[in-house]
Amino acid sequence: MIGILRQHPLILVGGSIVASVALLALLAPWIAPYDPTDIDVSVILMPPSWQHWCGTDTLGRDVFSRMLFGARVSLAVGFVAVGISMLVGLVLGAVAGYFGGRIDALLMRATDMVLCFPTFFLILAVIAFLEPSIWNIMIVIGLTSWMGVARLVRAEFLSLSGREFVLAAQSLGVAPVRMMWRYLLPNAMGPILVSAILGVAGAVLVESGLSFLGLGVQPPNPSWGNILTDGKDNIQIAWWLSVYPGMAILTTVLGYNLLGEGLRDYFDPKLRS
Amino acid sequence: MIPLLFGITMISFGMMHLAPGEPSVVGQEFNPKVSSQDIERLRSYYGLDQPLYVQYWHWLKKLAVLDFGQSFSADGRAVLDKIAERIPVTLWINVLAMLLIIAIAIPIGVASAVRRDSWFDKGMTLFVFVGFAIPSFWLGLLLMIGLGVNLNWLPISGLHDYSWHQMGFWQQQQDMLKHLIMPVFISAIGGLAGMSRFMRSGMLDVIRADYITTARAMGVSERDIHYRLALKNALLPIITLLGLSIPGLIGGSVIVEQLFSLPGMGQLFYESVLSRDYPLVMGITVIGAVLTLLGNLVADLSYAWADPRIRHGNRS
Repeated sequence: MIGILRQHPLILVGGSIVASVALLALLAPWIAPYDPTDIDVSVILMPPSWQHWCGTDTLGRDVFSRMLFGARVSLAVGFVAVGISMLVGLVLGAVAGYFGGRIDALLMRATDMVLCFPTFFLILAVIAFLEPSIWNIMIVIGLTSWMGVARLVRAEFLSLSGREFVLAAQSLGVAPVRMMWRYLLPNAMGPILVSAILGVAGAVLVESGLSFLGLGVQPPNPSWGNILTDGKDNIQIAWWLSVYPGMAILTTVLGYNLLGEGLRDYFDPKLRS
Repeated sequence: MIPLLFGITMISFGMMHLAPGEPSVVGQEFNPKVSSQDIERLRSYYGLDQPLYVQYWHWLKKLAVLDFGQSFSADGRAVLDKIAERIPVTLWINVLAMLLIIAIAIPIGVASAVRRDSWFDKGMTLFVFVGFAIPSFWLGLLLMIGLGVNLNWLPISGLHDYSWHQMGFWQQQQDMLKHLIMPVFISAIGGLAGMSRFMRSGMLDVIRADYITTARAMGVSERDIHYRLALKNALLPIITLLGLSIPGLIGGSVIVEQLFSLPGMGQLFYESVLSRDYPLVMGITVIGAVLTLLGNLVADLSYAWADPRIRHGNRS
């Protein structure tokens, strides 16, 4: 374990960032000095101080506490969205890669078609029409980001399906679903895990972009994106409202990307040198 | 191509009409001055009372002759006109962003690969990871505060200065250029990081190839190996990647144009989405997808043109 970490420092650095952010998010109710939705009009837009480490916002809410709780929302959006996109991508990619032929051609043409759309347009339109609740955001981000996974899983399954152990299992009469789940999937797990981790980073960024346009997680629920939106409106008088949440997004996304890259190197011995 | 275009129209239409709710011109249930007969009349005027497949068919028939219909907004202008007046700004920004990406990312990637594990390479790797992770609008905000508000070097919004009409021709160009610097940079930042990373790994792959080892064994100088032999092959995949980056750039234009208040297609899309202007939203989505399709086509063609293996292979 220590050997692996020494060989792949990216896993260590990225993993530590990911773990600390996750821990802060989990422990938010115990760490946060204030209630994140508590309005206090006597301390509106206070710069950072010992009482309020990251200052206060336009309603006198403590920005540090809001960021801790915002971490929960942002990470939850990231994880659920990736869960959905993984599920869709896995099923479509597995079916296309395993059965091949016409089914494969059909599914991959459909994937190409969705890839043509500027995804952000789709997300924006659907969210605006459905009302931007946290669940809608998770679902829509998930349903517009499965294409990469589908292609990846298909390619993995295609390359695996000619191998001896697969032919052996097939000749023993293993059913397709069991075949895919039990024999093919475990062998393709590495790249899938990597793309899931990178996917979380992407989803956090998309949520913050939506929030910036006022279509993200809605107040009073805090998310890093909507604190930042508040910051945008007060950019000339309250720098702390934009600087801190931006740093939080940057650090978290960086952490997931580093972890993903590190794992990619680890799983792909060809790239090792 | 054709089935792809057909699918694109189907997704654009389906997405819009399967979502609950109706455009705001019709959604007047709470307005006491609008009777239910009025609402019915509006719905039939816009064709919303017909079954979905009929609506789709009508829309498709008009689309075939490039008629995108009329906007639902108060001015009721043709969708195509509205898009046509906004699209140049978006195209300009994205084309400039792409040129910036090519001009900066390729030299960075090549230099990193050639001087692998040097301080330059490490610094650039850090830049790449930060460039990937940074929310572009946040970077935009910081630049606006720094370069725009505090230093007053660059204008922070719009395309022109107030005194635009009093300027001479060259002054106007200069003014416009100044207004475009930050938006173009912000549009490019993600692609810049991605492309330089891609260029670096492409170059490293090529350097490991057998023909490079052969060249080295034959005593070709390192300079010639890198810049004459390796570079050409490493550049090939970049063409495909440029094509693939188009949807991201177009999608990102919503945020960039909103941030810098630029009157482009992204801003128009945002406005039309908020006012549920169906024909306009569908029109822009279709055009965005068609632009991507064209971009990919151009990328494929230039790839075939640039790669002698394909160029000569097809003739035989």
